[in-house]
Amino acid sequence: MAYTTLKKALIGALVISASSVTFAADEKKATMTGASADMLSNTCAGCHGTYGASAGPATPSLGGISSEYFQETMAGFASGDIKSTIMGRIAQGYSEEEIALMADYFSKQKYVPAKQSFDEALAKKGAKLHDKYCEKCHAEGGSSAEDDSGILAGQLIPYLRYTLADYKAGDREMTKKMKKKVNKLMQKEGDAGFEALFNYYASQQ
Amino acid sequence: MKITRRGFVKGAGAATAVGMVGTPFIALGASKKVVVVGGGTGGATAAKYLRMADPTIDVTLIEANKHYYTCYMSNEVLGGDRSIDSIKFGYTGLGKHGVKVVHDVVTGIDAKAKVVKTKGGKSFNYDRCIVAPGIDFKWDSIEGYDAKVAETIPHAWKAGSQTVTLRKQLEAMKDGGTVVIAPPGNPFRCPPGPYERASQIAHYLKANKPKSKILILDPKPKFSKMGLFTGGWKDLYGYETDNSMIEWRGSAQGSNDNAVVKVDAGSKTVTTGFDDEIKADVLNVIPNQKAGAIAFAAGLTNDSGWCPIDLHTFESTLHKGIHVIGDASIAKGMPKSGYAANSEAKVCAASVAAMLNGQEPGTPAYVNTCYSIVGKDYGISVAAVYRLAEDGSKITKVSGGLTPSDASPEMRAREVQYAYSWFVNITNDIFM
Repeated sequence: MAYTTLKKALIGALVISASSVTFAADEKKATMTGASADMLSNTCAGCHGTYGASAGPATPSLGGISSEYFQETMAGFASGDIKSTIMGRIAQGYSEEEIALMADYFSKQKYVPAKQSFDEALAKKGAKLHDKYCEKCHAEGGSSAEDDSGILAGQLIPYLRYTLADYKAGDREMTKKMKKKVNKLMQKEGDAGFEALFNYYASQQ
Repeated sequence: MKITRRGFVKGAGAATAVGMVGTPFIALGASKKVVVVGGGTGGATAAKYLRMADPTIDVTLIEANKHYYTCYMSNEVLGGDRSIDSIKFGYTGLGKHGVKVVHDVVTGIDAKAKVVKTKGGKSFNYDRCIVAPGIDFKWDSIEGYDAKVAETIPHAWKAGSQTVTLRKQLEAMKDGGTVVIAPPGNPFRCPPGPYERASQIAHYLKANKPKSKILILDPKPKFSKMGLFTGGWKDLYGYETDNSMIEWRGSAQGSNDNAVVKVDAGSKTVTTGFDDEIKADVLNVIPNQKAGAIAFAAGLTNDSGWCPIDLHTFESTLHKGIHVIGDASIAKGMPKSGYAANSEAKVCAASVAAMLNGQEPGTPAYVNTCYSIVGKDYGISVAAVYRLAEDGSKITKVSGGLTPSDASPEMRAREVQYAYSWFVNITNDIFM
């Protein structure tokens, strides 16, 4: 509970600082506000797919995402705390309220696991590693959004690979718990362990 | 309107959906019929999103061709990394959304009678019409270059058979040959397109015909993503060295010094405004542009050759009840890109759905994202979020920008994978 509250406060702070960077007061006044959740969210479909169901090869699906995770990630993109190619440039264009509307919209869409190829043997090994290192926060094989962490099951392998690389390089901050588990997995299994995990998530279709 | 039992029931359903209570005749009077003219990026998106917004709207899309070849990614066909079939899309997906697809050529739109007429002799009534005609060429802008010549000296600025012709010419060219690209003057479809094309052709030549050169003869002093393109050309193709594969010759503002003003088709020789004569082995001339033909026939264009619109609803300011989206529209502030057409179509569809249901159109939101692939694992992009100015006078960019010039090789490689994802997802969003 305390953790969640802190996290929420942190998100709020990030979004506020990001949006104040974006909108000079006069600019905010000069443009129309009040776009609906559908209107805002439909602009994402060109890259993330209609209803946020991405067909890949790399862009992640948004449908079914945890609302809190969506808001936290958008705030991180906008502030630059999370490394990105284009999302930082885009996330700065929205206010906290608008991001909340989009978060609500995408959290209500169906999660569609990506169709992609994977290695059976690696997936089997990955399933075991997931249970040991990841399941506590990425529940139900990484398919649950209820835990407010990112959905891993059925996400595209290139996206999982990029994201993990950013975490490892320190370009995206891990929670303490995640850092501990990632380090342990790295020590015991090396990069091959992570490849096994990716294949496990890809196998959930 | 032919009243069938089915149509009758449908009409009644439609009326219920908007909260009207009345006799069946009133229900039929409140019909919601939209005709979409043109099945490219804008038109196909609008048709689908109208049905998603309100499935009681009767949507007919009229398109001349059975298949659409996307302009985006067509440069990769020229570069050889992609097949022409991978950019080919049909209309069965729209059918699944309940869009009635008719293959015919629209010859006129009567704004008063609210009727669209076709070459096939058919008439289609509408309550609102959405026109997405794309572009046409100003054939009188270059001496010696017209639609007939373009069959052998392709512009390839509408993807399809000309893309294939140009690719074959590149394949047949000897090592050491010169490819001349003549980009159009502003405004035109896909502003970074000619420069991505030069990059993709260089990508092919570098691996297969490394002694060859690409000369860009530009009527403009600068171009879209210029710093990123020239940076990429330096990284990959020796730009600005003695051995540069690409040479770009711009023209100062107001001059046409390095613009192609004349084409001699027989010898593939071009003449510039400065009277330089340059012989090409492969010649790609992209003429200046204007709105597609139907926009002129329907009286939707102004003196600029493009279509003035209300930026909130995309309704023509010249003819009520007709909306114009995509490259043909004057969407002040937004570029003529595929993503922009897709985004404009959604704003327009939401507005049209609201208006047909007697509601005020909601606040619009627009986005553009445009990737260019400069070479292997080398992607660059521009992205922006837009909003409508409160006085409706322009579409204002509120955030966005270019790939940083110092992006790492890893991030440039990711941009290629995201570009491919963009292509898959946007074409699904349009056609599936």
